Amino acid sequence: MNNVKIDMEMVNELEEKCIKIRKDLVNFIYRIGMGHLGGELSMVEVAVALYYKYMKYDPKNPKWEERDRFVLSKGHCSETLYTIFSDLGMYTMDYMVDHFETLDTAVFGMHSNRKYVPAIEASAGSLGHGFPIALGMALAARKQNKNWRTFVFVGDGEMNEGTNWEAIMAAGHYQLGNLVAIVDKNGLQMTGTTSEVMGLDPLDKKLEAFGWDVIEIDGNDMKAVCEAFASLPASDPAIRRRPIFVIANTTKGKCVDFMEGNVKWHGGGIAKQQLDEALVCINNSRKGK
Amino acid sequence: MTVKVTYDFDQMLSSARDAAGEELLKMADEGLDFVLTYSDNIAPSTASGRILTKYPERCFNFGIAEANQVGASAGMALAGEKVFGQWFGPFLSLRATDQLHTDIAYNDVDVKLIVTHSGVTAGGGPTHNCIADLAIYRAIPNLTVVIPADAGQCIKTIRAAMTHVGPMVIRIARGAEPNVYMDNDYEFEIGKAIEVKGGDDLTIISAGSSVYWSMMGAKELAKKGINARVIDMHTIKPLDVDMIKKCAQETNCVVTVEEHSINGGLGGAVAEVLSETGFKGKFKRIGLPDQFAVLGDPMEVYKYYGMDPEGIAKTISELLGK
Repeated sequence: MNNVKIDMEMVNELEEKCIKIRKDLVNFIYRIGMGHLGGELSMVEVAVALYYKYMKYDPKNPKWEERDRFVLSKGHCSETLYTIFSDLGMYTMDYMVDHFETLDTAVFGMHSNRKYVPAIEASAGSLGHGFPIALGMALAARKQNKNWRTFVFVGDGEMNEGTNWEAIMAAGHYQLGNLVAIVDKNGLQMTGTTSEVMGLDPLDKKLEAFGWDVIEIDGNDMKAVCEAFASLPASDPAIRRRPIFVIANTTKGKCVDFMEGNVKWHGGGIAKQQLDEALVCINNSRKGK
Repeated sequence: MTVKVTYDFDQMLSSARDAAGEELLKMADEGLDFVLTYSDNIAPSTASGRILTKYPERCFNFGIAEANQVGASAGMALAGEKVFGQWFGPFLSLRATDQLHTDIAYNDVDVKLIVTHSGVTAGGGPTHNCIADLAIYRAIPNLTVVIPADAGQCIKTIRAAMTHVGPMVIRIARGAEPNVYMDNDYEFEIGKAIEVKGGDDLTIISAGSSVYWSMMGAKELAKKGINARVIDMHTIKPLDVDMIKKCAQETNCVVTVEEHSINGGLGGAVAEVLSETGFKGKFKRIGLPDQFAVLGDPMEVYKYYGMDPEGIAKTISELLGK
């Protein structure tokens, strides 16, 4: 990872994209009146780096067979993905608002449904489901001898769920070098810090003991995120090696001062005044400001 | 449709579990493409395990981790695979209900879940009994639920599952069970119940291994001059409502027999149909009562709860006042 050279101009562009996604996201949440902004803001750098740079992906053809798969296991944070899909040209923001949990005309929901939104790989919502699904996808790619990669994105609170550990054990057992997991380690879950609710650390040592290689980064530092993804070895279904786990240390509510690190911003809507303040904060988060 | 049945022959046994495994192997030999997932519940040395050694690249063991197996099976299907999986019944329906509901049914993926050890066939007491599964399956949208009556019908179900698209549960017993059908020369269609014995005095509606015991019960009833019709309701979901209505109308007495809690399973499903259609005749559910079952060999347990031929005949005689 240390040898990876990252084009700083690209990093700057991706950082600027994160500003736009965060602004669109808070606007979206304001308009639909619900969301999970804390975790949706903490995951932006990772999601942007993947969708705009490091995933094999065609927004015009979300079911392209050779695409990399991205499984959002923390499905309550789907609005970040919808916002990215909108920015990639799949939907207008107005369309998403007009089709958000609107009964039989609904396309979008707080928890994503793959049948309504083709770019969603697996319907999600309840926690601990994405990892086993991603495991199955990676095994299928191996069986099919396809070199697409599977990314699974989990929350740190979500790691309380035992199914993650069953899947982590199995991926280590099968030595799935075509599977990459990322944990959005923002340190907070619904009612408190992850260390108060259910201690997760030392996460790196646990994962290594389960047969994974670990890359630990500042998950809100775009350069570090890019370095992590650029350092991934080529995805080859035939090669058996330790799967890679990216521990992305992030801040819940990132870039919105009054949300950052505040457990009460786990879920809910946002008022107009808060929206205005949030937009100012996000603008001011530009480096050099 | 006339079917040839074996109810004149006691205890012609065959194993649906072996039959399922052998049919999967046969389909693989024919060049049909699918994967098989399991959770340390298929031994390579058994009839159902030969596929594991012959086609290792398409068989995936998830260890004793049923929920993970369900999720991974869904993931494989999402990646374009046709997936068969095999689970111990209680550990699918109870431990992995969440994954069955969300990963399989809500995602609506093409996974066929072969669940073994139905009812009390596992022996070993309530931890290994599978008596609440139908109540769970029935309430999950998108699921098709088939309970083959014997090994031959299990083969037909596996074949039908190969071309059927979508989530399907195939519920079978642990070991050898009596054959219901003399041969496989009959039509089998998912969702279409089969009249295995004609009769006008009442209708016994049954499924799975209970079909044979129901027929034997009908044989007992015949000694008393009671002519029972027996229906093999092999598909629990979608239920053959037309067949239930027809039998209710024609015989005015319906009894269900199932290896499941009398709450929420086949009996419950039939009762719902009857009550909503204004049925005024007699109705009785035979199955496991609302308690954790007594410990014992399956045949002893059937007898204890009146699910054996004599018990079925006795209950029905009392119901008819004969």
